[in-house]
Amino acid sequence: MRADKPLLPEASEMDTVRHYTRLSQKNFSIDTNFYPLGSCTMKYNPRACNSLAMLPQFMARHPLAPDSTGQGFLACLYELQEILKDVTGMAGVSLVPMAGAQGEFAGIAMIRAYHEARGDTGRTEIIVPDAAHGTNPATAVMCGYAVKEISTGHDGDVDLDALRAAVGPQTAGLMLTNPSTLGIFEKNIQAIQKIVHDAGGLLYYDGANLNAILGKVKPGDMGFDVIHMNLHKTFSTPHGGGGPGAGAVGVAPRLLPFMPIPLAGRICSPPGEKVHGGGKAGGGNVHYRWLTENDLPQSIGRLSAWMGNAGVLLRAYVYARLLGAEGMCRVAEFATLNANYLMAELGRAGYTLAFPLRRASHEFIVSAKRLKDETGISAMDIAKRLLDKGFHAPTTYFPMLVAECLLIEPTETESKETLDAFVAAMKEIWDEAHSAPGLVKTAPHTQPVRRLDDVKAARELDLVWKPAA
Amino acid sequence: MPFIPHTEADIQAMLDSIGAARIGDLFDEIPATLKTGRLSAVPAGMNEMQVARLMSERAAQDAPLLNFIGAGAYEHHVPAAVWQIVSRGEFYTAYTPYQAEASQGTLQVLYEYQTMMASLTGMDASNASLYDGASGLAEAMLMAVRAHKSARRILIPASVSPVYRSVARSIVRLQNIELVEIPFDAATGTTDFKMLEQSAGNDFAALVVPQPNFFGALENVDELTQWAHAQGALAIALVNPLSLALLKAPGRWGASGADIAVGEGQPLGIPLANGGPYFGFLCCKQALVRQMPGRIVGRTLDMEGKPGFTLTLQAREQHIRRAKATSNICSNQGLMATAATIYMALLGADGLRRTAAASHANTAALAAQAEGIQGVKRAFPGPHFHEVVLQLPAPAPRVLEKMLAQGVLGGLDLSTHYPQLGNAVLVCATETKTASDLQRYIDVLRASLNQP
Repeated sequence: MRADKPLLPEASEMDTVRHYTRLSQKNFSIDTNFYPLGSCTMKYNPRACNSLAMLPQFMARHPLAPDSTGQGFLACLYELQEILKDVTGMAGVSLVPMAGAQGEFAGIAMIRAYHEARGDTGRTEIIVPDAAHGTNPATAVMCGYAVKEISTGHDGDVDLDALRAAVGPQTAGLMLTNPSTLGIFEKNIQAIQKIVHDAGGLLYYDGANLNAILGKVKPGDMGFDVIHMNLHKTFSTPHGGGGPGAGAVGVAPRLLPFMPIPLAGRICSPPGEKVHGGGKAGGGNVHYRWLTENDLPQSIGRLSAWMGNAGVLLRAYVYARLLGAEGMCRVAEFATLNANYLMAELGRAGYTLAFPLRRASHEFIVSAKRLKDETGISAMDIAKRLLDKGFHAPTTYFPMLVAECLLIEPTETESKETLDAFVAAMKEIWDEAHSAPGLVKTAPHTQPVRRLDDVKAARELDLVWKPAA
Repeated sequence: MPFIPHTEADIQAMLDSIGAARIGDLFDEIPATLKTGRLSAVPAGMNEMQVARLMSERAAQDAPLLNFIGAGAYEHHVPAAVWQIVSRGEFYTAYTPYQAEASQGTLQVLYEYQTMMASLTGMDASNASLYDGASGLAEAMLMAVRAHKSARRILIPASVSPVYRSVARSIVRLQNIELVEIPFDAATGTTDFKMLEQSAGNDFAALVVPQPNFFGALENVDELTQWAHAQGALAIALVNPLSLALLKAPGRWGASGADIAVGEGQPLGIPLANGGPYFGFLCCKQALVRQMPGRIVGRTLDMEGKPGFTLTLQAREQHIRRAKATSNICSNQGLMATAATIYMALLGADGLRRTAAASHANTAALAAQAEGIQGVKRAFPGPHFHEVVLQLPAPAPRVLEKMLAQGVLGGLDLSTHYPQLGNAVLVCATETKTASDLQRYIDVLRASLNQP
């Protein structure tokens, strides 16, 4: 038995509510600020998605309750699988992975299972472009592979000669983001696809940037064998200050047997047979059940105790039903319009476009190198000064191929007025960098704290509060 | 309803600025042959009222039942304040706190979370959450293998949840890590020490020590921890955080404490919700801090000397270390950790203890009453937390089906994973159950066994 008391607060409910309400007010969020964080797709999270996913019957159901008692929930998940199959052009979808990185894990594990099932055991390498998200190489290692990095050409596309030199009988697959992390569509995707497939490798699609092509191009049509989608990006489920996300995976026909379980299955019974819990959702003799080890004996297995982040999946389903097919196409169109507009305006404001001859996808990169050379003001300084002006900063220093880079993703839900206000703020910072560089270098000035000492945080670790001795 | 605010005039002005004639031109770098984007299986969009009707109908199909299943997901009362605060847009719609100065709310909550979890588990440090308990166990195993350096085998008792063993195996086997199962003692339902001893001398990185174990039974955690350490291995405590309000913290197990404490955070303020989102917690001793996966928040000073919070030890993480990172995890379950923090703050140490004690007492009362039914008995009579295994005088699936027809989820059928236990069900009665709920369970069970 426990002898000591755990160190938990002793406070009234009112004081507790005040404390956490006040803490919430120290956050930037989509609901309070423009949040153009590149690669994170910080679009509006419709309130209906939250309230309908939190209906009391959904909240109360135990994950081990029999399938017959969760037909409404299972119907939503089954239909979400079907919608995502169509959107991505893949033959099957599993909703299991709990975040993008776990989706990547599932995808690479399926590639490995595919090669192993064929007795093709000499494939030990995953190829990753140097501009890829860090999760790509980290995932390959978690799946037992060595990582081979390939370089990016000066126009931002994968260097095809480097790719040809990299592939061989040791190649298990290539992980690619398209549009890439550089904010441009990989034009040579068909050539890339042929090089990798001819070498016997499979093609993995990192869906972080799916928002750019939703309803326009399907990864399956580009020749990808397996993909993950970040439902907390493209399908507008909230980020919650760092999760939960959802990283559904889609697969080409040859990877169907290896999908992570469980899947939501739709069963049509012979006419006349009564099915407990069937009824309205499917009409008559249709019911839903989990597909498990027994249905997919070659599955890579389970990655979560139950059904991934089920509540996040319900939110994505509601979002998909609100948008419908036509709405989804408009997402890509307006995300792209906003990005290209913002890119054009920031170019006029003096910022250097990383790829001026290319279209922006749903995001783009500007470099502050010229400003830094002239004034000493870095991308980090700009990011911090933007906070003073009421805007969350773009992604900074990623991808690392572009010096002093700001990766900017406005998303489709922002108005022209907001984008114009952001451009005005960026112009002001440009001017301040010349007229009052000290002001920018010491930003932020309006936040609950000034610039924090990260080095001290890592050197003198203080990870838990300790009462004074 | 795509939530797009542009007017026709806006669109024209923006296209003029870009120098494009129409929006379609912005996609001109995509090879024409790839633009097949017709969505045939996606239904037409609906307005909010229509979707609300649809979802209400779906939800009505899933009518609530009187639930006595636990097995890793537990029905507890969650104070209304928890999700009222968590649902505030400032928490709900923020991203990972990369810009620390504009994310002090999230960062301080996570620092409080780390403090509470480390104290509850008796450990030195906590990360800021993992996906769930099962995948968290896999991360703890990978951490132990990294720390141990030579061994790639992990001992895991069969009294650990079957689904946790399955998930952990799916994840760690790709790095050639082998899970070796240790049988349980048929009399006590706890790890069979004699069978464990047979593993002595073999090279293994860690022993998983569940408390309570899958059957709700209490393991001899001191002895198991000591034994692991004597073999030069780590002890990974797999714990229910609520139970730690009553039971000895893993940091005090044996002579020097377990090395890693991991588990499912759901009992701390997260609704059952069809199985997710929940969150995994992972705490450890100081020596292992740099082997931890996931986000960690640290307290530091700003340029004026004022205290503040920031993500720290990022050199372990994928966005810095890439292929050499401790894990590929990026997004975790921040919002769930936020809910748990507020839950623990509202209950305090005493409230948590009362909740745990009431859950224990309810389950004990239910088991005692059930044993009054002819042919029903507890499989393992020893001490338990808030779950017990009941053996029935009839096939469990058939009994549970009859109970379900009366609106009662009577427990989890164990026949698939533990056929040696016979007609066994795993039953849980948390603090949410009243005396009349327990009576109803007994009445329905009795009727389902065709006893008057």
